[in-house]
Amino acid sequence: MANNSGNMARSFLQVASTEEVAPSLRVVQIEGLVILKIIKHCKEFSPALVTGQLLGLDVGSVLEVTNCFPFPIREEDEEIEADGANYQLEMMRCLREVNVDNNTVGWYQSTLLGSFQTVELIETFMNYQENIRRCVCIIYDPSRSNQGVLALKALKLSDAFMELYRSNNFTGEKLRERNLSWVDIFEEIPIKVSNSALISAFMTELEADSPITQCDYDRLQLSTNPFMERNVEFLIECMDELSMEQQKFQFYYRNLSRQQAQQQAWLQKRRSENMARKAAGEDPLPEEDPSNPIFKPIPEPSRLDSFLITNQIANFCNQINGVSGQSFNRLYLMKALQDS
Amino acid sequence: MAASEHTALQFTPVLSSSSLLAKVHPLVIFNICDCYVRRPDQAERVIGTLLGSVLPDGTVDIRNSYAVPHNESSDQVALDIDYHHNMLLSHQKVNPKEAIVGWYSTGLGVTGGSALIHEFYSREVPNPIHLTVDTGFRNGEGTIKAYVSVNLSLGDCQLAVQFQEIPVDFRMVEAEQVGFDILKTPMVDKIPSDLEGMEASMQRLLALIDDVHKYVDDVVEGHTASDSSIGRFISETVASLPKLLPSAFDKLVNDNLQDHLLLLYLSSITRTQLSLAEKLNTAAQIL
Repeated sequence: MANNSGNMARSFLQVASTEEVAPSLRVVQIEGLVILKIIKHCKEFSPALVTGQLLGLDVGSVLEVTNCFPFPIREEDEEIEADGANYQLEMMRCLREVNVDNNTVGWYQSTLLGSFQTVELIETFMNYQENIRRCVCIIYDPSRSNQGVLALKALKLSDAFMELYRSNNFTGEKLRERNLSWVDIFEEIPIKVSNSALISAFMTELEADSPITQCDYDRLQLSTNPFMERNVEFLIECMDELSMEQQKFQFYYRNLSRQQAQQQAWLQKRRSENMARKAAGEDPLPEEDPSNPIFKPIPEPSRLDSFLITNQIANFCNQINGVSGQSFNRLYLMKALQDS
Repeated sequence: MAASEHTALQFTPVLSSSSLLAKVHPLVIFNICDCYVRRPDQAERVIGTLLGSVLPDGTVDIRNSYAVPHNESSDQVALDIDYHHNMLLSHQKVNPKEAIVGWYSTGLGVTGGSALIHEFYSREVPNPIHLTVDTGFRNGEGTIKAYVSVNLSLGDCQLAVQFQEIPVDFRMVEAEQVGFDILKTPMVDKIPSDLEGMEASMQRLLALIDDVHKYVDDVVEGHTASDSSIGRFISETVASLPKLLPSAFDKLVNDNLQDHLLLLYLSSITRTQLSLAEKLNTAAQIL
């Protein structure tokens, strides 16, 4: 009897000790309520950037987001730090009382024209990752929604990148080892929208019956010029930053090669000295001299910034592509109307 | 000979109901439905506070809401007032402009307990709006009604409170309109991309034009009675297309096309440049 329970206890222990392999996150399921809340919050405060917390459940390969609440805008950082934490606790407690899922699964933030890839984003991710196993960041772009597109994206840091970031080592060799390039930093996760049946029933009813009000004229607007202009402006700024980063690299390489030339020269001198000494019968001096400043390794600049900037630029280009495509459609439509 | 024999039932209208209108954002309905679905098992209905603002012309703009836990028995209603104040403070930290404008409850009619709750809310706000959302679909459809309370008094003593209905209007901001399609169905597999959205809008426009076309055809053939105001409207719309020489119009369109093509070209070059630069950066080896 004791033996049996011993066996069972052991097998239970075995089961408990085997690490469960978490299935990778394949899709983020958001409720319509959350989307509306995010839209409302970001739109009210645009162009200021706002953030908020996402609550939900982590089920297998699907991350369900069922509710969210916004963060107040912090002006000074000093005494509001404690306030911010209090606010969060208070909100979570109150929401718990009405049976809302109390689990933090990530956060959302609004962005301006897609310029959200910053170091702060990565830092926030790392902070969250310490506490929660899987977290996601939802980015909403209110300026693009004025163009008639629901600009909502779910992002996650890729695992390979996270490990690299923890070791804080961004040299070229390490990156080549892991075959990591700038596309691998952020992973975009597809979003599914779900709604309870009650809400669908209400919405179907509330929707205006006549197709006239159904048509969303915003999308058919011809003027995209201001949007494109700002996009291209941002693109130009980012290119400037990228070229600065590249200059840093050039500088580093030049320094490195100069240092190596110096090292070679010093080595030559040492060798000739040693030969002279051998001829004189004395001990040869060591061929290395760690105290000599020319042997000090120059730190290689981190490539993190250039990766982020590259990501940013790619984003802008994508946006330009998307809007241009839409504009083509509209122009051809106009043409057809005019012809008829 | 007491004068009290002639006291009549007086209605003292608080506000002329013709000017009071409630505008409700769809977020509020979503919130209410969500709270209803998550209510604790023994509760029949959900009660909560409505937040928003009162516009200068008197309409009440209801923008946000939150549920308040309550206990209800046959003759008593207990509302968790602390919770209500805490949530209000938290919400106001984010958006100081949102104030209490009323309260909501699920269920069709207005019950006796509601009068008590309404009195509580009228202590907070001068003229609270009571919104009922029928989640039970008792009339075969989900009815949403808003009420304002009106005091019924007999001479000096107050007899009862009558709830008068006011019209409700649903407002939707443009950005919400875009996402509205995906909010209707229970499950959508992915958020539609730009081009798909364009396609949907264009199809809708096409449907509209088809309808108008059919109408005109019908009138010409005599199937439907002609309505001169509609006819005038249609002719105005068609005339509003700017009259340009075909060559000028072509030039306009082509110029625009060329601009966009240029932008596309620039962005493709930038991307190529990026991949080149990245190869150079990580592939460079000194030793």
